[in-house]
Amino acid sequence: MSRPRRVLDQIWPRVAIVAVIVLLWWAVYASGNWSEVLVPSPTAVWDSLVSNLGGSNGLLMVAYRSLFRLFGGLVLAMLIGTPIGLACARWDVVQRSVGSLVAGLQALPSIVWLPLASLWLGFNEKAVLFVVVIGAFPAIAIATAAAVRMVPPYLVRTGRTLGARGSVLYGRVVLPAAYPGYLAGLQQAWAIAWRALMAAELLIAGARGLGHLIARAWAQIDTPLIMATMVVIMLVGVAVDGLFSWVDRRVRRRRGLLVSS
Amino acid sequence: MTSTPALHVVPETPAASSKLSIRSVSKTFVQGSGERVQALDRATLDIGKGEFVCLIGPSGCGKSTLLHLIAGLERPDEGEVLMDGRPIVRPGPDRAVLFQEPSLFPWMSVLANVEFALGLVGAPKRERAERAMGWLEKVHLARFAMAQPHELSPGMRQRATLARALACQPEILLADEPFGALDAQSREILQRELQTVWLETRHTFVFVTHNVREAVFLADRVVLMSPRPGTFVAEHRISSPRPRAFEDVLLSKVVVDVHDHLLKEVEQVVATEEGPRPDLA
Repeated sequence: MSRPRRVLDQIWPRVAIVAVIVLLWWAVYASGNWSEVLVPSPTAVWDSLVSNLGGSNGLLMVAYRSLFRLFGGLVLAMLIGTPIGLACARWDVVQRSVGSLVAGLQALPSIVWLPLASLWLGFNEKAVLFVVVIGAFPAIAIATAAAVRMVPPYLVRTGRTLGARGSVLYGRVVLPAAYPGYLAGLQQAWAIAWRALMAAELLIAGARGLGHLIARAWAQIDTPLIMATMVVIMLVGVAVDGLFSWVDRRVRRRRGLLVSS
Repeated sequence: MTSTPALHVVPETPAASSKLSIRSVSKTFVQGSGERVQALDRATLDIGKGEFVCLIGPSGCGKSTLLHLIAGLERPDEGEVLMDGRPIVRPGPDRAVLFQEPSLFPWMSVLANVEFALGLVGAPKRERAERAMGWLEKVHLARFAMAQPHELSPGMRQRATLARALACQPEILLADEPFGALDAQSREILQRELQTVWLETRHTFVFVTHNVREAVFLADRVVLMSPRPGTFVAEHRISSPRPRAFEDVLLSKVVVDVHDHLLKEVEQVVATEEGPRPDLA
């Protein structure tokens, strides 16, 4: 198959599903059964999207601030989660104590931390970051521990017979072997962090981001802006997920772990 | 070591020329189910410097366990494994191992795999690439130096593993059915290549296989192990001159001889241990 043809095959189903949704939406709107305030027309949402794009409180700037917060939170979650995961994989007693605590945290939806976070840290950016980090780090810790524990024993054995010991064996054999599993954990953690961030921003006015923009539009019953912001949140999410998937595929392909055409 | 009763007698001192001395070694494993399995029972064997020894025996006879003990991956419960008269306590690059699964590191290129091994034996950084290429040329893989392991065929992967093992310049090479997972043709090619390389390097070689033909083609001495718990029950010296060829009719005759000899020994062992077994006659 030719390359343009392949690209076309990738694109048309995506365009088609969007077109179908917009058409259905238009039909509901045009039927006139719903108030225009509750179900605005697709063009109203489009207009809202375009007119709110620029400016210091426009969608682009706000999306940038949310993304910045997301990656800040993810880096912090990695700094906390990675050493915990490594320690869990290394020492059984750490796994049984800290490991089970982390597993418990993982079971808590991150947004339920918001009341405590706002009382401890105030209705501000710090509370939002706290919710993001406490939501994302357990996934990273758990994936790190699992990835290290699942390193094939024959690779470790091979490293040892070549004379690798201690930190060399760990740094040059165990950690690289665990890397794909670690990446998978990161991919999971970012999705958790993104959801937690949006929820926290929506509820904490002190942190200006996409979530806050929805909260403001909600207060003003500006449904077109609510929907336009939701579209942006979705697009940003798809883009970040695409980035992680791309890195993941690259690593897997390089190691022959990807069965692909 | 041709009759059974003498097998468990430990020589007072290992033979002076022994590179490797396995002295009355026993090893028991506790399996996941809690069941204890004795893999080796007072196994004793001396291997001379530069000698190519093939260990053959049924699966589960402790061949791999013995290899792991020599590699230093495990410690014996009883007895000792000596290299140059000193006990082996841990793995080291002086004993390179070829496992059945070609164990290249999948995140490194073929060249980087060999360079990594060279780094571990302390080769200076600027020499590594050149020396690694030299070893890859020896196994006809220079063209694939920059490839990732998964891009190679299983046979090529095993050749790359051999290059990496040789790069460590070990004193002993250990192989655990390294060609067992290959198709017949690749297997024969690799056996030939291994013979060529070995004739150049003359490493002390301990090669585990269950293929008599492979053992006869490669070895100075074929040693048969009994079923679990493993001991050495018979041996056969192969004096055919090298390089050997599979097409050689005389070699085929040796294969038959070794096969018959070893079979007889097995029957004798079975007979002495379990009484007469008419179905084996």
